[in-house]
Amino acid sequence: MNKFDLEWINLTSGVNVRKCMRCGKCSATCPSYDEMEYHPHQFVYMVEKGNIEPLLGSDSLYKCLTCFACVERCPRGVEPAKVVEAVRLAAVRKQGGNHLTPDQIPAMLDDDLPQQAIVTAFRKYTK
Amino acid sequence: MQVNNDFQPVIVAFCCNWCSYAGADLSGTNRLNYPANVKIIRVPCSCRVNPMFILRAFQKGADGVIICGCHPGDCHYTSGNYYTRRRITLLYSMLDFLGIERNRTRLEWVSAAEGAKFAAVMNSFVDEVKKLGPNRRLEDLRCRKQ
Amino acid sequence: MQRIGVFVCHCGTNIAATVDVKAVAEALSHEPGVVISQDYQYMCSESGQDLVKNAIKEHKLTGVVVCSCSPRMHENTFRKAAASVGLNPYLVEIANIREQCSWIHKDIASATDKAVILGKAAVAKVHLNAPLTAGESPVVKRALVIGGGIAGIQTALDIAEAGFDVDIVEKEPTIGGKMAQIDKTFPTLDCAACILTPKMVEAAQNEHITIHSFSEVSDVKGFVGNFTVTIKKKARYVDETKCTGCGLCTEKCPMKKVPNEFNMGLDNRTAVYIPFAQAVPKVATIDPNYCMMLKNGKCGICSKVCSVGAIDYKQTDRFIEQKYGAIVVATGFNPIKPDKYNEFAYSICPDVVTSLELERLMNAAGPNGGTLLRPSDKTHPHTIVFVQCVGSRCDDEKGKPYCSKICCMYTAKHAMLIREKYPDTEVYVFYIDVRTPGKNFDEFYRRAVEQYGVHYIKGMVGKVMPRSDGKIDVQASDLLSNEQLHINADMVVLATAIEPDKTARPLATMLTTQMDTNDFFTEAHPKLRPVESATAGIILSGACQGPKDIPETVAQASAAAAKAIGLLVKNSITCNPCVAHSDELMCNGCSSCEKVCPYGAITYQDKEFRMPDRTTAVRRVASVNPAVCQGCGACTVACPSGAMDLNGFSNSQIMAEVDAICK
Repeated sequence: MNKFDLEWINLTSGVNVRKCMRCGKCSATCPSYDEMEYHPHQFVYMVEKGNIEPLLGSDSLYKCLTCFACVERCPRGVEPAKVVEAVRLAAVRKQGGNHLTPDQIPAMLDDDLPQQAIVTAFRKYTK
Repeated sequence: MQVNNDFQPVIVAFCCNWCSYAGADLSGTNRLNYPANVKIIRVPCSCRVNPMFILRAFQKGADGVIICGCHPGDCHYTSGNYYTRRRITLLYSMLDFLGIERNRTRLEWVSAAEGAKFAAVMNSFVDEVKKLGPNRRLEDLRCRKQ
Repeated sequence: MQRIGVFVCHCGTNIAATVDVKAVAEALSHEPGVVISQDYQYMCSESGQDLVKNAIKEHKLTGVVVCSCSPRMHENTFRKAAASVGLNPYLVEIANIREQCSWIHKDIASATDKAVILGKAAVAKVHLNAPLTAGESPVVKRALVIGGGIAGIQTALDIAEAGFDVDIVEKEPTIGGKMAQIDKTFPTLDCAACILTPKMVEAAQNEHITIHSFSEVSDVKGFVGNFTVTIKKKARYVDETKCTGCGLCTEKCPMKKVPNEFNMGLDNRTAVYIPFAQAVPKVATIDPNYCMMLKNGKCGICSKVCSVGAIDYKQTDRFIEQKYGAIVVATGFNPIKPDKYNEFAYSICPDVVTSLELERLMNAAGPNGGTLLRPSDKTHPHTIVFVQCVGSRCDDEKGKPYCSKICCMYTAKHAMLIREKYPDTEVYVFYIDVRTPGKNFDEFYRRAVEQYGVHYIKGMVGKVMPRSDGKIDVQASDLLSNEQLHINADMVVLATAIEPDKTARPLATMLTTQMDTNDFFTEAHPKLRPVESATAGIILSGACQGPKDIPETVAQASAAAAKAIGLLVKNSITCNPCVAHSDELMCNGCSSCEKVCPYGAITYQDKEFRMPDRTTAVRRVASVNPAVCQGCGACTVACPSGAMDLNGFSNSQIMAEVDAICK
């Protein structure tokens, strides 16, 4: 476990993962649950336990749509999507940590799945 | 602003017996820390706090005075905290006239169940008074400790 | 010259761990007037008190300062100890060096310094303490119970048992409260009505109990032993004394489309109604919002069919005033409305119901006569999903921060009852934790799982989507198998959080009692005085103080009754001697104090005074009625000439404390 990474994630996400009461409503509400290897509640739990290496290596990071349904519904105000986002940034900003190069992306787009950018823009501009 | 960390302000807190004093006790029971600069005086109701007491505290060298009462509408004596609110507002204009920073006097509502709020209020008040530095304007120099 | 004794308590390690108690005792021994300064392990213990008593006798002390825990804890202990050896109890002062010093500071040096200063302030104050004698005031031997649910009924019955008169004020047309709406009770599964209605009848028939149904408390004045309460008897447009409860008017009323509150709006009632068959008092009430006669003067059928002429369209709200010695608050709770949680689709889908609605749906007197049918199409549900913790255990913005306590158990009860009556129905319960502390509670929950095959799933429902075919798609997480589930349900039941009744907040203001941030009444001490409020004479009963199940409510109701009886058996009670008094020589008769006094304790009298030149002059001066004054001190600040002062918290005493702290 990298202590520096963990502190960095807690700082950038601005989320207090200890507020989680393990109800699982984030995973219950997640639209891309089946696409993910690690689910929103696991992100929160594993970051709390400091077990972030598996998360940094998993492509679940890129399956999160940042639709913020989990943030909206979490009864404790934990904001799991922000934790996912912080772990994603931690991976991206690491030398060689990025899973993809930009030119690989177009080939990987799934017609059935909304693009992350669209969903993110929808979230940002409709509030 | 530069904060002088060595400066330990003297802070007098007037707490009403029914809400804020109990809130202070609760923050103790919950072991919530706030600086030792705060010394609490128990009064039956915040409306017992004569503005004279506040001026007296400043004269004797206090750097900040905080008055805590029940939330509006929750006064044990029905309406005492409303009187306090008006009196402190009047005191503010007098302090303005005298050139004493308003922030050295604060009125807060803390209920008996708000131990955490009590500690938070005291922490922020001590920080604020530390920023303002020692009270010089109203201090009676004859009262200054040697 | 004052002779003051200082006693510093270690409180085991509670104080001694962060405050150097020996240093405090040593420092205070040099204060003026201090003749003895001691420290001891537990000052509040029998031997600690003996230490104080012996010192008072031996050193002929005229004042005592105890540096210990909060005065709210042990002030009375030490006052009694002082009184037992002949020292006026009001010559004892407490310096709070536990809650407000040792428990909040970690640094020994600064905590010790602060303890010394707090001790000095107390010594400075005690120098100016005057011996006070408490007066006495008589106790009115009648109790008021606000709220006629199971808590209020039990309290009233117990007080009446002791031979005192009790009035119950209930805002609904009938007593019974929430328990009357419940079908079965956990963990024994006996029918709620079967055990509640005999108690309701008992209350109605008891000669000591007066029930004011459809009434509210509109004003409270006075103090412990002598409250004056104004009760508003809302117009029910039916003469209570004449109505026999035959129900003919309710049959004939043409206005039949009024949502029935008793059945949670799941069916309709008439505009003139009796809430349920076993209502007490069994008297009809006309709902002015729907009655056509009251709205536009056309109809009047009920008054034509009433054989005893009880209908009175001209009735108005009546106010009655009554004196009481003690007031018991039993305002109870309500389930929250879950419509702000869009994900559960409560407001758009009739088959998503709350647990209390399910109680009515399953009750034999409910809208379906006891057969569980979907509210939308009246068909039998085959898959039911229960969602726990709806609005409970939330962040402050999302709902209630507390656990509502009863939901785990009633959900297990519902699941069990459904599986027993309809074995073809699959029942899923989504839980975060199953909390079953209580006698036979966990056994009950295990029975639901093991014997009745209820599917308990650790996880939460994230989304409820009503589909066009009438089914409901429930999307949820199963944390143990790490899956997201989709359940095709027929009904969804939400275990909603409970909250204090809305009438509690204005009532607390009238009673000058404290509430916590969730609007539950605050008890005088969370462990040792859980049924009394901090305001003397106001006693708490049932869920108005915190979430409770029926056995706990009844237990607290009886405890509240015991506290009320303990007060009512006394002929008089000792008043607080810390009251205001005016110095007549200084009073200039301006009436400022009279205007600010919230109790009307100050009156003005014309008095004759001897003037310096041997003449007499009549002056108008303030005088305080010590039995009415509660000692808030508002008048002392309002007085422009400084004639008003407060015993126990005099101007000079507080100034002395200020000086000691600032020095």
